[in-house]
Amino acid sequence: MSVTVYVPRDAGALSLGAEAVAAAIAGEATRRGLDIRLVRNGSRGLYWLEPLVEVDTAEGRVAYGPVTPGDVPGLFEADFLHGGRHALAHGPTEAVDWLKRQQRLTFARVGIVDPRSLDDYRAHGGYRGLAKALAMSGADIVKAVTDSGLRGRGGAAFPAGIKWKTVLDTPAGQKYVVCNADEGDSGTYSDRMVMEGDPFVLIEGMTIAGIAVGATHGYIYLRAEYPHAHQALLAAIAAAEAAGYLGENVCGSGKAFHLEVRLAAGAYICGEETSLLESLEGKRGQVRFKPPLPAIQGLFGKPTVINNVITLASVPVILDQGAGYYRDYGMGRSRGTLPMQLAGNLKRTGLVECAFGLTLRELVEDYGGGTASGRPIRAVQVGGPLGAYVPASRLDTPMDYEAFAEIGAMLGHGGIVVFDDSVDMARQARYAMEFCAIESCGKCTPCRIGSTRGVEVIDRIVAGDAAERARNEALLRDLCQTMLAGSLCALGGMAPFPVLSALDHFPEDFAGRADKAAA
Amino acid sequence: MKRTTDNRPAWPDLPEDVRSAVLDVTGRLKDTPGALLPVLHGVQDALGYVPDTAVPLIARELNLSRADVHGVISFYHFFRQTPPGRRVIHLCRAESCQAMGAVTLEKHIKQRLGIDFHQTTADGAYSLEPVYCLGNCACSPALMVDGELKGRMTPQQFDAWLNAEET
Repeated sequence: MSVTVYVPRDAGALSLGAEAVAAAIAGEATRRGLDIRLVRNGSRGLYWLEPLVEVDTAEGRVAYGPVTPGDVPGLFEADFLHGGRHALAHGPTEAVDWLKRQQRLTFARVGIVDPRSLDDYRAHGGYRGLAKALAMSGADIVKAVTDSGLRGRGGAAFPAGIKWKTVLDTPAGQKYVVCNADEGDSGTYSDRMVMEGDPFVLIEGMTIAGIAVGATHGYIYLRAEYPHAHQALLAAIAAAEAAGYLGENVCGSGKAFHLEVRLAAGAYICGEETSLLESLEGKRGQVRFKPPLPAIQGLFGKPTVINNVITLASVPVILDQGAGYYRDYGMGRSRGTLPMQLAGNLKRTGLVECAFGLTLRELVEDYGGGTASGRPIRAVQVGGPLGAYVPASRLDTPMDYEAFAEIGAMLGHGGIVVFDDSVDMARQARYAMEFCAIESCGKCTPCRIGSTRGVEVIDRIVAGDAAERARNEALLRDLCQTMLAGSLCALGGMAPFPVLSALDHFPEDFAGRADKAAA
Repeated sequence: MKRTTDNRPAWPDLPEDVRSAVLDVTGRLKDTPGALLPVLHGVQDALGYVPDTAVPLIARELNLSRADVHGVISFYHFFRQTPPGRRVIHLCRAESCQAMGAVTLEKHIKQRLGIDFHQTTADGAYSLEPVYCLGNCACSPALMVDGELKGRMTPQQFDAWLNAEET
C-alpha cells in the first residue's frame, strides 16, 4: 500500500533545500521499488526543523527534520516510511511540544493539508463557514464578525465588524473586498504561510466578506516578493472557480463573487490601506487623506472592505464555530488568537498561534529557546520596522494590544525580532529613519523630509562629543514629535517609535565616538 | 471607445522587441481596471526591465500621459529602468536579517561582486538589489535569486553558490 510522505513547498522550507529533499525521497523510493505518495504541504511553522518531512503511519503523522538530501538513504534504511527510529525523528508531529501548546484556529490546516487540493480543504472543515454564511443575512454575518471581537490583524487592530458594517450600510452599485497581502514588516511571514499553506481559507474568508457586504469583486494585493504565494493563490482560485465557489453564482446561491490577484511592486508604503488602493488603481502608491474612509469611498471610489490576510483568513472559523467560540480566546479587548512570528536571533524560530495574553518572555524563551548565538537577549522589536524596541527588562509584557500600547510599543502584525547583546542600537535607530526615507511616499513633509534629517541628526550624535550629543538629541526628539504628530499615515507617524525606544532604553549606544575615545 | 487600428507604426525608432512586448501586454490588459501595474509587470517579465523607449507607447495604449507612466515606474522599487544582469540578487536588508548577520553578508557580497546596490557587474552577469523583507525571517539572513529564495545565508554559502554559477 502506498505511504504518504509530506515535504513542504513553503517558501521558507524551499529556501533550506526542501525541493532537493523531495526529489531525493522520490528518487530513493523508485530505486527501492517502494510506492509512496508525495504531498507538498505548507509549513507547520517549526522553521528550525525545516525541511520537516512527515510520514503518514498507523499511529498518525510522524516528523523527521531538518532533513538534507544526504539524510534520505539513511531514513529509508531506518524504515522511516513506517515511523522507524532515526536521529532526526521527532515522533508524532502533533505531540511535538511547540505545536501541542498552541491554539491554531486560523492556522488549523496550514502544514496539514495539500494546499493545491480543494478536496483536502473540504475534508478538513473547509467551506463550512461559507455554507453557514450563505444561509444568513448580510447583517447577521457582519454581526457575527463584530461579536467575535476580531480586530484587524494587519497592525492597526481596528474592529473588523465595524469596517464591514460601514460598507454594508453604504449604498452603492459596486462594492469591493480587498485583501492586503503586502506583508512588508520585517519579522512577519504569517500571511505568506497562510497563502502558501492554506490558500482556500483566504478565498473563503474573502467570499464571506463579499456575500456579507454585497461586494461582487475581490482583489488580493500581493507583494511581488512572494512568488510562491502567487502560484499557490492562482492555483487555488482556479480550483475554486472550477468547483463553483467563485464566479457568477457562488455555490448556487445566485450571488456573485469574483477574485483576482494583483501584484505589488516593492513599495512598503503600499501596505498602508489608502496607498494600496491607489496602487490597485494603477497609480503611484501615495497615501490618501482620510476621510473619506475606504469603507465609504475606497477602490475606484466605491465602498471597500480592506483587511489583512490573517483577518480575512480568520473569518471562516468564526462563521463555522460561532462568534462566541472565537471570542472565548484572548484577554481584555484583544479577542481570539494571534499568529505570532518568531524571527531574528532565536534558536527556534517559527509560527506560534495562541490566544492573546502570552508574555513576550514565554515566546522568546520558552518557544524561541533564547538566542541562536547563545548570547543574552538585549532588545526585541515587535510589530515590524515601525515597532518599538522592547528592552529585556520588559519581556513580561503580555501579548495584548492595550498592554503593548501602555509600554509605548505595539503588537502590529505579530512579528517578533530578537537581537542579542552585540546589537548597536544607535545603528538600529539610524536604520529606522533610513528605511522611512527610502519608503516614504513623499506626500507629507514630516515623513519625507523628517526621515532624512533624522538620519543626519543621528549621525551627528554618534560622531560628536557630549555637548554635540546633547544638542542633537534634543533636536532628534523634537523631530520625532513633529513626525509623530504631523505625518499623514503610520509610516512617518510611527518610524519615531523604534528611534525613541532605542534612545530611551539604550542611551549608552548613542555615546559619541569622541566620548568613547576620551574614556 | 476603441481606437481604430493604425498600421503606421508610431515611433519608428522603437526597437521591435519593445514594441511587440508592450502591444502584447496592453492588448491583453488595457481594459482591466487599474491596468498600469499589471501592464508594467508584463513588460518587465518580457524584457527584464521597462525601457524608457516603451513609456510613450504604454501611455498611448492606456490613454495616460507619459508623466503618469514614468511617475509610476519610478515610484516602485521593483520596476527597473535599466537592463538587469543575467541573475538578479535581491538581498534582504531588514531587521530580522540584520539580527542574524545581514550587514556582514551585504559587505561580503558587494566586495565579492565588486558592485554596490542597484548596480550590475561589468560582465553583465549579476545585478544586486536591496529588498526590505522577503518574508523568510524565520530563516535569516535571506536573499532571492530570480525568484529562488535562499535562507540562513552565510558568506561561505554565497561564495559556494557563486562558484557553482561560474563553472
